[in-house]
Amino acid sequence: MSAADPIRLGADIGGTFTDVALEYRGKMFSAKVLTDYAAPEQAILDGIEVVLGQAGLTPADLDLVIHGTTLATNALIERRGARTALVTTDGFRDVIEMRTENRFAQYDLNMKLPAPLIPREDRFTVKGRIGAQGQVLEALDEAALEEVAERIAAGGFGAVAIGFIHSYMNPAHEARAREIIASRVDVPISISAEVSPQMREFERFNTVCANAYVRPRMADYLARLQVRLGKMGARCPVFMIHSGGGLISVETAAEFPVRLIESGPAGGAIFAADVARRFGLQNVVSYDMGGTTAKICLIEGFTPKTARSFEVARTYRFAKGSGMPISIPVIEMIEIGAGGGSLAWVDAMGRIQTGPESAGSEPGPACYQRGGTRPAITDADLLLGKLDPDNFAGGAIRLSTADADKAIRAEVGDRLGLDATAAAFGICEVVDENMANAARVHAVENGKDIAQNVMVAFGGAAPLHAARLCEKLGIRECLIPAGAGVGSAIGFLKAPFGYEALASNLVRLSSFDADQVNAVIAGLRGIAEGFVRAGTEGEIRREITAFMRYAGQGWEIPVPLPDRPFAAEDAAGLKEAFRDAYARFFGRAIDGLDGLEIEIVTISVRAEDIRPAPARVALTRGDSLAEAPVTRAVFDPSAGCAQASAIVERAALTPGVRVSGPAVIVEDETSTVVTAPFDAVMQCDGSLLLIRKETTQ
Amino acid sequence: MTDTIDDIRLQVMWNRLISVVEEQAMTLLRTAFSTSVREAGDLSAGVFDPEGRMLAQAVTGTPGHVNTMAEAVLHFIEEIGRDDMFAGDTYVTNDPWKGTGHLHDITMVSPSFKGDRLVGFFACTAHVVDVGGRGFGADGKSVYEEGIQIPIMKFAERGAVNRDLVRILRQNVREPNQVVGDFYSLSACNEVGHRRLIDMMEETGLQSLDALGEFIFSRTRRAMQERIAALPRGAWENDMVTDGYDTPVRLATRVEIGEGRIHVDMDGSAPVSGWGINVPIIYTKAYACYALKCVVAPDIPNNWASLEMFTISSPVNILNAERPAPVSLRHVIGHMVPDLVLGALAKALPGQILAEGAAALWNIHISARPANGAEGRRAEILMFNSGGMGARPGLDGLSATAFPSGVMTMPIEATEQTGPIVVWRKELRPDSGGDGQYRGGLGQVIEIAALPGHAFDFSAMFDRVNHAARGRDGGESGAPGVVALDDGTRMRPKGWQHVPAGRRLVLHLPGGGGFGPPDRRDPAARAEDLRRGYVSGAPRPPQSGPDAARTPHTPQETP
Repeated sequence: MSAADPIRLGADIGGTFTDVALEYRGKMFSAKVLTDYAAPEQAILDGIEVVLGQAGLTPADLDLVIHGTTLATNALIERRGARTALVTTDGFRDVIEMRTENRFAQYDLNMKLPAPLIPREDRFTVKGRIGAQGQVLEALDEAALEEVAERIAAGGFGAVAIGFIHSYMNPAHEARAREIIASRVDVPISISAEVSPQMREFERFNTVCANAYVRPRMADYLARLQVRLGKMGARCPVFMIHSGGGLISVETAAEFPVRLIESGPAGGAIFAADVARRFGLQNVVSYDMGGTTAKICLIEGFTPKTARSFEVARTYRFAKGSGMPISIPVIEMIEIGAGGGSLAWVDAMGRIQTGPESAGSEPGPACYQRGGTRPAITDADLLLGKLDPDNFAGGAIRLSTADADKAIRAEVGDRLGLDATAAAFGICEVVDENMANAARVHAVENGKDIAQNVMVAFGGAAPLHAARLCEKLGIRECLIPAGAGVGSAIGFLKAPFGYEALASNLVRLSSFDADQVNAVIAGLRGIAEGFVRAGTEGEIRREITAFMRYAGQGWEIPVPLPDRPFAAEDAAGLKEAFRDAYARFFGRAIDGLDGLEIEIVTISVRAEDIRPAPARVALTRGDSLAEAPVTRAVFDPSAGCAQASAIVERAALTPGVRVSGPAVIVEDETSTVVTAPFDAVMQCDGSLLLIRKETTQ
Repeated sequence: MTDTIDDIRLQVMWNRLISVVEEQAMTLLRTAFSTSVREAGDLSAGVFDPEGRMLAQAVTGTPGHVNTMAEAVLHFIEEIGRDDMFAGDTYVTNDPWKGTGHLHDITMVSPSFKGDRLVGFFACTAHVVDVGGRGFGADGKSVYEEGIQIPIMKFAERGAVNRDLVRILRQNVREPNQVVGDFYSLSACNEVGHRRLIDMMEETGLQSLDALGEFIFSRTRRAMQERIAALPRGAWENDMVTDGYDTPVRLATRVEIGEGRIHVDMDGSAPVSGWGINVPIIYTKAYACYALKCVVAPDIPNNWASLEMFTISSPVNILNAERPAPVSLRHVIGHMVPDLVLGALAKALPGQILAEGAAALWNIHISARPANGAEGRRAEILMFNSGGMGARPGLDGLSATAFPSGVMTMPIEATEQTGPIVVWRKELRPDSGGDGQYRGGLGQVIEIAALPGHAFDFSAMFDRVNHAARGRDGGESGAPGVVALDDGTRMRPKGWQHVPAGRRLVLHLPGGGGFGPPDRRDPAARAEDLRRGYVSGAPRPPQSGPDAARTPHTPQETP
């Protein structure tokens, strides 16, 4: 091993598969093994052995293991965490139960709200109150706290969460409460001011509860993993990928496991960002479609968009508001119930609907012949000729066109008086439209025009739908990289040591206090860089962002700040920067309003080391046309009928070769559908570029 | 084949159109100043065909706007006139009888032109922070006291904003920047909808929305007809009594299910009130339709065809108050309309309809200022809070959850940032859910004080203080609400009142009614209620008010 070229290994535990990827001397090695729910670390060790064997290396050669996992997410979804006590401010026992007091399903009178993570009998309150400006309105009742500690000690709890009102402004009461409880109770204690120092008590309390709830289980798992890796002979450090897309030490992860939620999808976004950087693409939308969901993420300047909060474990058809809010920095993506296994059905208006219910891998789509009788997206793809029944997943599963046909006719075609092909077309159009709508709305929420992006598509089902999705979104170019099946694990290899620290702290520009802002930024910088320094001595890049709004609004927009100390006269520049950002988001800034106050609500500092840039390659638009002796009838959605389409082996294409749509480019894992308006061009790194016909000239 | 492919394309465009209005609503949500819009989702947005028939509507927090906006668009088309409509126009009104029932709701309508051709309209509505007058409350004696009235007029013509209107507005409201800001947000959200619609039409080659509209309406009509045909035929009545301002208010209804239509009449309801709790019929219609829709067709999207099968009528009374009646708090009585209508439907569909709940939101407007002679801050603060929902057949009621309104509460930490108040308590109210086989949802307890050196006035907009939510099919009533100071002083459920420095205002929000006889409640559910403290196990305190007795309410009582 050499310091200049450290050997990194990425391991991603997903719901069905555990993916391992390793890059060595410019070559990528990967393995896919079934996830082992009883002993998740076992699948990683198995996968490591495979890739080390491929690369001719030993465990001792590894310099860094980078790990991401859905275990924390699954523990929340399946409610398999520690019995946790919540200690909170007197008068606010029910914050995590009362939620936002509204119904996410407006017309469903039998709607159920998700149960709070910690039931009411396990929530304890103590007097002591911090005010909105951080002032102490009422002293902490330490005697009462000691009694609560005794009750927790006697109650058999495995973890404690502490969440007090306004602790993001002043954490003193939470810190003191932790001291008192820790002196009597020997279980991990999480406090909200450290886990999630953001305003809005429901989100913050829920986040600290989630952290405490999964902490014992994650700490055990991570300790076991390290021991097993050590026994195997790997002596390198283990770092975890976090929801924001950076790396944190395994010790930090064990203390703040809530940061591991959504780490797999974050890896996918980093993978797409790396592709963007390689080709020098400034505006990219990543599109990851797997078995149960599709995820869409905006990547600008090679950096995925981030947000300050998200929702996990949605309980009601992926409806916004039906899950648990988690307020931590996260790579922002929209996830909808649209995957290869998503089921199709017909609603009361005779409209075809798809998802979010999924056939999963058992029984799977009807065409898998494992007992599934309801049609899934994969069945429709098969009927339309997009998939080769004899060559799916490398021939691992033989697909039955007859079963797909039967299921589609029974559940959709017969009800609507459509033949099976028309019904399959309808199913695909609806799922593609749903994804297109989600992508459009997501872009709008971020003040972007989706059509101005290049798409990067990966995940098993994405290449089948990407071209049509691009047609719907007006996107002209789409890259389908090689190795798309293990995209997240490859993404891990590219991840920086990085951390985003943020704090809510209301600052009005009319009374802009530069010293206060400088102090907040310095504090956040210390926290963020501390995490980065745990992994690297390399140069650090920082991004400072203020989340700002007109006073009176409730939604803050991110405004990038210069990385330097502020002086009083900077208020004018901040105002200008805010107005520009506002106009970008909403079309125009609000003019002619005298004295409309502008305020900063939250400040964030993101620090990360600078990763070596991948070798730049230029996109090639292609010159020579591929020979296509074999054709098959494939339904073309824009034409609305089947067309003779070239069937081409991906492996047979050399860089620069162009395939004219309609065509299907087949490989072991999946197929890439090139619809009539598109051509495909093989790139020198093995990626396929889909390109609108009129732009090829 | 071509026909079926066309059908599928139309269906996909229908989905796209719904996405367009969701985007339109999102823009408003993100840019609005009014707390009720941005935190609570009190807004609506929709797209209409050139005749003013609603094609699609965003699902937002407010059934109250469901078809009020739909009717409003017709008024705009009539009063502005097609010849005076140009690309870049935006029209506005806050007329309670042509908009959504009170002056605080601003409705804006914009024509959508593709080239020279009028292809449709976008409309949106939002509640602004202030409209002048007496402020948001029940104390006005006529609409003239309730604030500035903006007749249907142009807010912008060919993209140029009507500066005179803006100047008049600024002069008449307490928070001019925020109100004018919201006017801009409303008009911007229509603009977003328009741009997306034109994008869609250009992509798909549509020249008009006629074929798409016909497809939407015919599919919806067929589905609605099937649903109505599956209901029993006949007429059923119900009535209820609510607190009113100073005297109780009786509400009465008769629901008639006929061939392809359901008609609701409000004859027998109390006369028009002298206080600002009257409801223009447009708002009564919205909530009556909402109740019907929840029961008959919860999964069918709102559009002209899904709403045309519901007709609502009433002689002039508190549910059909005419100009110049005061209507500022029309939502308090308006929110009772679903419970009223559902009570009649419970007789048509025995065993299938939930019990009564807290119904009206417990909104409170707080005006805080420094106590006599002290230094300090002034602020206007609005909070939304919800009591318990009625128990459902098979499920306990949802605690502290808005119904029929769909708005959200605001975080306490955000509320305390806006002004010199402290919310000392906001948690579930044990023992407030009506007992039954399925328990009513719990209300909540809220304690509010000013920061040291400050005092506050508040506008009370509360109901179910003297008249509890009734149980159904043998279920007991929920606990009624209580409005008091921490020293025990009782306060009125409506009107502006003062809380002196050093005192706390204590609100006990009502719980929902129970469903089914209490003796049928699962013992495991009772044990859990005790363990969680939803029920204290202490003997029930005697209740005040004329409706205090926890008598089971069954449909037979009001034939």
